[in-house]
Amino acid sequence: MQLVISGLAMGCVYGLIAMGFVLIYKATEAVNFAQGDMMMLGAFITLGLTNDQYMALPFWISVPIAISLMGCLGYLLDSLIIRRMFGQSQLAVVILTIALGFVARFLAGAIWGHDPQSLESPISGQYFRISDIVIGVPEIWIIGITISLTVVLFVFFAKTKLGVAMQAASQNQMAAYYMGIPVRRVNSLIWALSGIVAAIAGILFASKNAIDPGTGLLGIKAFAAAVIGGLGSLPGALLGGLLIGLIEPFAARYLEGDIARIMPYLVLVLILIFRPHGILSQVQKKKV
Amino acid sequence: MRIIFKKSYEADIRYFKDRVQASWYFILLVLAVILPFVINDYWVGEFSLMLIWAIAGMGLMLLVGHTGQASLGHAAFMAVGAYTNVILQNDFNIPFIISLPLSGLFAGILGICVALPTGKLHGIYMAIATIAIGVLAEDLIVILEPWTGGVGGIYAPAINIFGINFDRYTNVAELYWLILAITVLIIIGYKNILRSPLGRSFAAVRDSEISAQAMGVNIGKTRTLSFAISCAITGISGALMGHFSYVFTNETFNIVISINLLLMIVVGGVGFIHGAFLGAMVVTFLPSGISFTRDAFFSDFHIIPGIESGIFGMILIAVILFEPMGLYGRWLKIKAYFELFPFYRKDMFRRQKTYLKTERTR
Repeated sequence: MQLVISGLAMGCVYGLIAMGFVLIYKATEAVNFAQGDMMMLGAFITLGLTNDQYMALPFWISVPIAISLMGCLGYLLDSLIIRRMFGQSQLAVVILTIALGFVARFLAGAIWGHDPQSLESPISGQYFRISDIVIGVPEIWIIGITISLTVVLFVFFAKTKLGVAMQAASQNQMAAYYMGIPVRRVNSLIWALSGIVAAIAGILFASKNAIDPGTGLLGIKAFAAAVIGGLGSLPGALLGGLLIGLIEPFAARYLEGDIARIMPYLVLVLILIFRPHGILSQVQKKKV
Repeated sequence: MRIIFKKSYEADIRYFKDRVQASWYFILLVLAVILPFVINDYWVGEFSLMLIWAIAGMGLMLLVGHTGQASLGHAAFMAVGAYTNVILQNDFNIPFIISLPLSGLFAGILGICVALPTGKLHGIYMAIATIAIGVLAEDLIVILEPWTGGVGGIYAPAINIFGINFDRYTNVAELYWLILAITVLIIIGYKNILRSPLGRSFAAVRDSEISAQAMGVNIGKTRTLSFAISCAITGISGALMGHFSYVFTNETFNIVISINLLLMIVVGGVGFIHGAFLGAMVVTFLPSGISFTRDAFFSDFHIIPGIESGIFGMILIAVILFEPMGLYGRWLKIKAYFELFPFYRKDMFRRQKTYLKTERTR
């Protein structure tokens, strides 16, 4: 039971990063491999604003600042860099974002150093117990925020005008233009949104674990989660994240160390072989 | 400006366009051969490393540039080549000259084993599947410790062919020539594949799977074969890398190397053999270039860890934004400018405007 709760919390963080992947994929058909690094940046910005050795702002002030900063960063990234790749192949965008990840890791290392640091947030370090199970307060926060964010985003895509416009832009850019959708601005907005999600994931991650610039490599695992769930499906991202988050602690408990470490990837390969487009697949056969 | 008038089908698939081009490549080869007499041992070692990266780059180029499949796990096949090569030599006493092709072959067979189940995947899904395979391979090396030496690593024996010794530290020039010879062989083989029906079917699959299918190309078979050949070439480069670095562990071939390989060929120019070499030059000489610049201009500059990958990332962003065809694409433009001297126009290489359609319906 202890394992389930910590696995769920970790899985929610994976799920949040995976949601960033899915958001961008859903709206622009691009895959942002720098999503993990954006999470890392979000965490470090909050840390830089909050911790005593840097700016020492109160936590509840620095969180909105960090979230809005990351939103702006996402918007600017798209409007200054990614937009030039408009209409190019997916692979080019993948490589571009990998390169952006390199730069982000270098910047974070240059500013905040390479040692692991932890965020001094009011929710970290507290816990309570129900009979013999220890539940950390951060874990409750992580699970609660993730679930509510998933619901909000799901409703946003299904119901609001902007959400539908985003889906249209991804399915056929030219047709979306003809329908009067400002495709470029919609794309930038979705990048801003995914920056915000990344920042939230980063803050939640940092209040439970220590972070260093290499934390962004977690993004690969989160991307695996997004693929397991089926790229393009928000609940799928959460599902995949939870699956990976749950597999990890249980494998570590019941299997040998080395085999346990590869379990998430083994599951990924198996799922890709038997369900090539993920559990909640979004792919339909083309009708001619 | 020369005009090529092709009079036969033969002329279309020749190795060289004309004699002038052939003589340029001959001069390049001669320069490469006499290189060790001109520069010191450190730089000969660097050039050997560049050639090894270039072989690996060619392996990946065949897959990414000519068949249009992305792989982010090719370091796994370098590892397969390196370990097979050393294990064959150490435990089975097979000489290097046989174990090298065998290690390539083994990597190729494993490539088929990987390609068969993942062959149906496309684009991004293929990329993530290969990432997973790269990570799995890294951990498998640790799990298979009795053979691979696990995290402790494994030592590559000195190469000895017909009494000539090729040692990493004492015979640097000889090792360089050996690697150069293997590189030239692989280039010839690669070029031959490209001009054969197989190579044409690779290009057909890359450009449009549906039309390739309509032309009678067996997509599954072509993709699997391309993956296998690509893995075999990469395996050979891994075997050479094993000898070059003398001792290697699971960390030598980790996921970062796979990503670097892909970035390397993108910087060089996807779809050209030259691109693999240009990219390998950037990857090999960038770190030493950065440290030399730093020593020359900023003597009191404190060392920022990770600056190499930061600068590499920025170069990459610049290349993708301003020169999507890579360094070799830039070279082609410069060449066209001088060949057509007064008539070069800015828009000659402009790409058509494209709009993205969803991949979710297929």
